[in-house]
Amino acid sequence: MKSRFPALEAPVRRWVRPALWLLVVLPAPWLVAQLLLNQLGADPIDKLERLSGLWALRFLAASLAVTPIMRLTGWGWLVAQRRFLGLAAFFWALLHLSVYTVLDWFFDWQEIWKDIAKHLYITLGMLAFLLMVPLALTSTKASIRRLGGTRWNRLHALVYVSVVAACFHFLWAVKKDIAEPIFYGTVVAVLLAFRVVWRVDRRSSSRTVSGDTKSTPAG
Amino acid sequence: MLIRKPDDIRSSEITPEGIYQNRRAFMGTVGAIALGSAILPNIAGARGLQDDKVTPEDDATSYNNYYEFGTGKEDPKEQAKDFQPMPWTVNVEGMVKTPRPYTFDELLGKLPVQDRVYRMRCVEAWSMVIPWQGVQLKDVIARLQPLPSAKFVEFTTLYDPKRMPGQRRAVLPWPYKEGLRMDEANNSLTLLATGMYGKALPNQNGAPVRLVTPWKYGFKGIKSIVKIRFTDKMPSTTWNDANSSEYGFYANVNPTVDHPRWSQAKERRIGEFLRRNTLMFNGYADQVASMYSGMDLRKNY
Repeated sequence: MKSRFPALEAPVRRWVRPALWLLVVLPAPWLVAQLLLNQLGADPIDKLERLSGLWALRFLAASLAVTPIMRLTGWGWLVAQRRFLGLAAFFWALLHLSVYTVLDWFFDWQEIWKDIAKHLYITLGMLAFLLMVPLALTSTKASIRRLGGTRWNRLHALVYVSVVAACFHFLWAVKKDIAEPIFYGTVVAVLLAFRVVWRVDRRSSSRTVSGDTKSTPAG
Repeated sequence: MLIRKPDDIRSSEITPEGIYQNRRAFMGTVGAIALGSAILPNIAGARGLQDDKVTPEDDATSYNNYYEFGTGKEDPKEQAKDFQPMPWTVNVEGMVKTPRPYTFDELLGKLPVQDRVYRMRCVEAWSMVIPWQGVQLKDVIARLQPLPSAKFVEFTTLYDPKRMPGQRRAVLPWPYKEGLRMDEANNSLTLLATGMYGKALPNQNGAPVRLVTPWKYGFKGIKSIVKIRFTDKMPSTTWNDANSSEYGFYANVNPTVDHPRWSQAKERRIGEFLRRNTLMFNGYADQVASMYSGMDLRKNY
C-alpha cells in the first residue's frame, strides 16, 4: 500500500495511540467524578447505563472506520489501531453489562434472565456482547499467528453481526425519540456499505484483471 | 401513606394505634411533610409505610418527561425556564352546560385546596413521591356541569412551538392529549395540580395546571392543560396514538402486565439503589380497584 499523505503520516503515527488511549480511558474517570459530585441527575444508574453503552458503540463504530481510513490513506500500520479500538469497545461493553447486572439489577438473576429471554433489545445487546468475547480473546498478535490471517479475519468478521445487533439494541431501547440511535445506525451503515462495495468491486475486478487484492485486509 | 389531607383532628386521635406507637419511626420517614397534619387511617396501612420518603424537590423538578420541552430528562428544566404560564385560559368544550373559555381563576378559584402526597410511577419503571397542591378534578367537574350524556373527559396541552421548543420536532403527534373515564375523573384521588412542594407548579412539571392520577402511569398526568372537553366517546390519547401496543388508554399501574419492552414488576424509586416491587394500582387499589371490576386488565392496559 502506498502512503497518500506522507507529510501527515509521521506525526499521526506518533500521536495516534496516546490520543486513542486518552479517548478510551478518560470517559471512565469523568463518569466516576460526575457520579461522586452528584452530577449525573436524579437517576445516575440509568445515566451510567446509557453512557457506557454509548461509548461501547462509539468505539465499535470507530474500529469499523479504521479500514476505510487505512485504504484512503494507505497507512497500513493503522491496522493495530483497529484492534485497539475493538478492545476498547469490548471493555466499554463489559462496563455497560456490569452496570446493568450490578447497579441496575443488583444480581437479580431471575429478573435478568427474564429480561434477556423476553425482551428482544436485551437479547440483542447480550448477543452483541457475547460475539465480542472471542474477538477480544484473540486480539493478540500471537493469536493472529496461531490462527493465520485468513482464519483470523473470518472469525473477526463477527464484529459485523455484533455491531448490527448493538445498533438495534440501541434503537429498541429508546422509548420514542430515535434521533440518536438513527444517527449511530447511519454511521455504522455507511461503514458497512464500504465493505459491500469493496466486495462487489473485488468480484468484478477479479473477473477482468486478477488484481493485487490479496494484500488488502478483509476487515 | 400517600394521601394526606390537612384537617383539624389531632393526628393522635385518628392514627391507628400501631402506627401511633411507632410514630417516631413514622415521623422520621414522612416528617418533612406530615408535620401538623393528620393521616387518613384507612390509607396509612402498614404496607410501604416506612419506605415512602418524599423525593427531594430538586430531583422532582430536574428529572422530567415533558417532550414539549425536549426529550431528555434534564431538558424540560432548561428549556422551560422562560415559559410564561400566566395569563392562562382553559377552553371547556363538548357535552357541558356552557361551553366557553374559562380563566385560570374561573376554573380553579375558590375550590378547596388539597394537599396530597402521592407516589408517581413512570411507565419507564422509575418512581417518585411528590407532595402536590391542587383541587380535586371532581370539584371542577361539578362546577362545569357536564351533561348526563358525557362519559369521558379529554384534556389537551398547549400547542405553541414558539413557547414549547420540543414541539418543533414531530416526536409525538402534537398537541398532547389525554383522557379519563368520567368515574376516573370523579375519583377523589384525581387532582388538577397547580403546585408542588408548597410552591407554584414549576414550568417543567406542567405549569400552570396539570392532571395527577396517582394509580396510573405518569404519562396520564397531562401538563399545561388548555382544553377540557366532555364527550360520550373514549378520546384518543397521545401515547396510545403513537404506539398503541405499548401504551393503552387506561395505563393503570399494574406489576402483572409488562410493557412489551420491559418488566413492570419492579421499579426504581429515585434516590434508592435497589429496585422495589411495583404495587397494584401503585398502591391505591383500595380507592380505585372497584372502578375496574370485571374488566380484563391485560386487554385494557
